[in-house]
Amino acid sequence: MATYSTNEFKSGLKIMMDGDPYAIVENEFVKPGKGQAFNRVKVRNLKTGRVIERTFKSGDSVEGADVTDVELQYLYNDGEYWHFMDQQSYEQLTADAAAVGDAAKWLKEEAICQVTLWNGVPLSVAAPNFVIVTIVETDPGVRGDTSGGGGKPATLETGAVVRVPLFVQNGEVIKVDTRTGEYVSRVKE
Amino acid sequence: MAGFCWQPGADLATLRLRADLLARIRAFFAARGVLEVETPALSAAAISDPHLASFAVCYTGPGPRHGQTLYLPTSPEFPMKRLLAAGSGCIYQIARVFRDGEAGRLHNPEFTLLEWYRVGFDHHRLMDEVADLATELLAGRVSLAEPERLSYRAAFQRDLGLDPHRATVAELAASAERFEVSIPPGMPTDKTDPWLDLLLTHRIEPRLGAGRLTFLYDYPASQAALARLRPGDPPVGERFELYLNGIELANGFHELGDVVEQRRRFEEENAARRALGLSIMPVDDNLLAALAAGLPDCAGVALGFDRLAMLAAEKKSLAEVLAFPFDRA
Repeated sequence: MATYSTNEFKSGLKIMMDGDPYAIVENEFVKPGKGQAFNRVKVRNLKTGRVIERTFKSGDSVEGADVTDVELQYLYNDGEYWHFMDQQSYEQLTADAAAVGDAAKWLKEEAICQVTLWNGVPLSVAAPNFVIVTIVETDPGVRGDTSGGGGKPATLETGAVVRVPLFVQNGEVIKVDTRTGEYVSRVKE
Repeated sequence: MAGFCWQPGADLATLRLRADLLARIRAFFAARGVLEVETPALSAAAISDPHLASFAVCYTGPGPRHGQTLYLPTSPEFPMKRLLAAGSGCIYQIARVFRDGEAGRLHNPEFTLLEWYRVGFDHHRLMDEVADLATELLAGRVSLAEPERLSYRAAFQRDLGLDPHRATVAELAASAERFEVSIPPGMPTDKTDPWLDLLLTHRIEPRLGAGRLTFLYDYPASQAALARLRPGDPPVGERFELYLNGIELANGFHELGDVVEQRRRFEEENAARRALGLSIMPVDDNLLAALAAGLPDCAGVALGFDRLAMLAAEKKSLAEVLAFPFDRA
């Protein structure tokens, strides 16, 4: 893998630190009036998501991380691993629970997900921003209530629980924003 | 055409503000009898400070410098001192300067320095004048409490509880850990200056000059640069820096006039460059000859004009006060 000089630092650059892949979030060049210059960076650990601060002497080099983002189709879960497929090469990749994380509750078969690969292995999975899913369990709403005020919990086929308006019924198909976990609308099939 | 960033980085109000500040600077010095000068932007000599990188250009002729590498100035200090040695009296310059490897929110590889020299002043008297000028230029734009002076030692004692002149590398490293400063890989174990720079930039500078002009003065002898040393225990470099709202605005010296000492510092700097794998810079023999002829006792300061304009305009980055910042120059 290539090494990067601090001169190449910019947000989004993927580097290795302490054996983990990181993405640079923020890079600030600081220099006292005279003397040693530093690059003060905020970096996100791509395994844990944690953001930390690090400082480098300007001009030093850091090993790059072989991290790429690819679009993969979600196939199925075998109880332990989530299986994805590259739609161009038909190559199949498996992701573990640590990589799938919170995205698991939104994954519906055939969904196209952005998967971050580290050395070719899924490191993290992002659910599509919007998913169309069927409600498998929710209490019957109060007849005539169309205001949507208040709402009620609804369990989706993918396992997530979202708040939906009272008029939305069991078996209906809805659109949900996975970034906020919020109901968007009903979907006519 | 699409895709081209042809528009200026600064808005028109900011460009007007820059012009107004420049006019007021010229009026300030005219009223005080300080002469405006201009010095070359191309020189066969360059600064040897290992932490400054000069741009090099190639002159193809005609004339004796045919095929010679020439350097753009990181500051106009050397030729201005030659003028002082030639009897110019007090002088100032609004100079475009160039520093390779410096780009960021507060750095542009080329920028404008206001540099001036006062014959007969020491660094404290020059600090008074810097405060007068900055206060005048920022009046009505930035509300300022009374200027403050803090020795380099007092700042470290106040914020970190250590004496920067006596602390060892181990003590400075322990302080960095205690104050949760990320220690860069490859910090030297035999020199304290990079550790002092680390602590200064991470823990002290951000808090300097909060709502007021703060002068940091009397630097470790190893960081004297072109300032004279004042003997003592320990000796200190008669150098100062000005900060406002955590931003470094100016660097000044009670100027070193001793040619032997100056030559020794140049040689040390080039030795340090060699050790760091940097190219050796051609020493300015004209400056050394001028010092040998006699530099009048004086103090000088360089003030970052763009940063001053940025603070006056209440902007967050230099790119917002430059007509065309580096990425669209």
